[in-house]
Amino acid sequence: MIEKKELQVAALENGTVIDHIPAEKLFTVVSLLGVSEMDTPITIGFNLGSKKLGKKGIIKVADRFFTDEEISRLSVVAPNVKLNIIRNYQVVEKKQVNVPDEMRGIVKCANPKCITNNEPMDTLFHVVDKQEGKMRCHYCEKEQSIEHAKLV
Amino acid sequence: MENKSLVSIAELSKEKILYLLEMARLFEENPNRKILDGKVVATLFFEPSTRTRLSFETAANRLGARVIGFTDPKVTSSSKGETLKDTIMMVSNYADIIVMRHFLEGAARYASEVAPVPIINAGDGANQHPSQTMLDLYSIYKTQGTLENLNIYLVGDLKYGRTVHSLLMAMRHFNPTFHFIAPEELKMPEEYKIYCRQHNIHYVEHTDFNEEVIAGADILYMTRVQRERFTDLMEYERVKDVYILKNSMLASARPNLRILHPLPRVNEIAYDVDNCDKAYYFQQAHNGLFARQALICDCLGITMDEVKNDKTILV
Repeated sequence: MIEKKELQVAALENGTVIDHIPAEKLFTVVSLLGVSEMDTPITIGFNLGSKKLGKKGIIKVADRFFTDEEISRLSVVAPNVKLNIIRNYQVVEKKQVNVPDEMRGIVKCANPKCITNNEPMDTLFHVVDKQEGKMRCHYCEKEQSIEHAKLV
Repeated sequence: MENKSLVSIAELSKEKILYLLEMARLFEENPNRKILDGKVVATLFFEPSTRTRLSFETAANRLGARVIGFTDPKVTSSSKGETLKDTIMMVSNYADIIVMRHFLEGAARYASEVAPVPIINAGDGANQHPSQTMLDLYSIYKTQGTLENLNIYLVGDLKYGRTVHSLLMAMRHFNPTFHFIAPEELKMPEEYKIYCRQHNIHYVEHTDFNEEVIAGADILYMTRVQRERFTDLMEYERVKDVYILKNSMLASARPNLRILHPLPRVNEIAYDVDNCDKAYYFQQAHNGLFARQALICDCLGITMDEVKNDKTILV
């Protein structure tokens, strides 16, 4: 017998489902992906039940597929997010967030004496250790943890 | 066009370092030339540093360049809120090369990315100061005849000392053995010890500083232990006189030992050391002139052959 599953959000014909977003990170993810500027139908679920996370967020974006670069932006706030690519109501691909080699204009440098905190310019970090989550500022060369980084 | 800026010593290869040292040697033979006749060198000091500025300006002047710039940002538009980018773009209209000192870390890297002319970093906050490292390397090379397989003893503030960190990174090509001599509060940070292990650089740590400890040194690189670096002032009082080099401590020193110091010195080298033939810190500063002549010319695209076959030498 097929286990009965209650759908918490309506199914999607084509598009992307971003799942397993920690509830408290949902609106940060919304803003990082630029969801508010999109003009396709979008469903945002907040404080939904999740066995793993307790409460989770979910974003369903119709007719929109994200580039790896866009997805990698999420690595700072929600590294365990899962993306399901839907075509014709079927999950045709699952994607995970990969820590990128470089992060441009996403997070602030923790060093107050860094030029990036004193000049209107993009930050740039080189990820030096993906396991440990360590990145180095391209400008002041200070190493810092990705986890504690603040968004720009 | 290839960006010929010099931001950090770490980006120079072994070959490039040796090439620049050879060029510095040629300038030491004949420091007065007209090889930069018609060139304009800008020295932008967003933070005062008289010693570094005079050295760069003398280097440029003795090669026939003309020098423009400022010594204090209070007199410039950056005090009116102009961005670094705008200042750099404006000065690039006038100068062929920019020598820049800035109080913010990463300022030189950023300037090198936006400027159409080469940038030489003359110090960006606590980050990099590659011309200091070049003159340290040149001084070591000149006094020891080689950079290979040397025993280099770094003394004093190894935690905040920018010069010792840059020297350590630049020496990675030359199989050195480092001895780190510092009080507990100012010892070499873990990240540089990791750097040593990654690059197979041997190092030994000491907290004692005495005749026996330094007996094996080829180079003794002294730095200043500053009161304001201590969180525990009792610790400062305890160690402040420990890391002072006195002439009597040199009795067992190797004959080839030379004592370096980036200057300014306060009391960490006793005055009785100055007349010792091992004291080299004033000549070291003099070497900065030739090292900087080499850096300015190289960044302007002037080759070794042009320096060798230079017809503009003044006698």
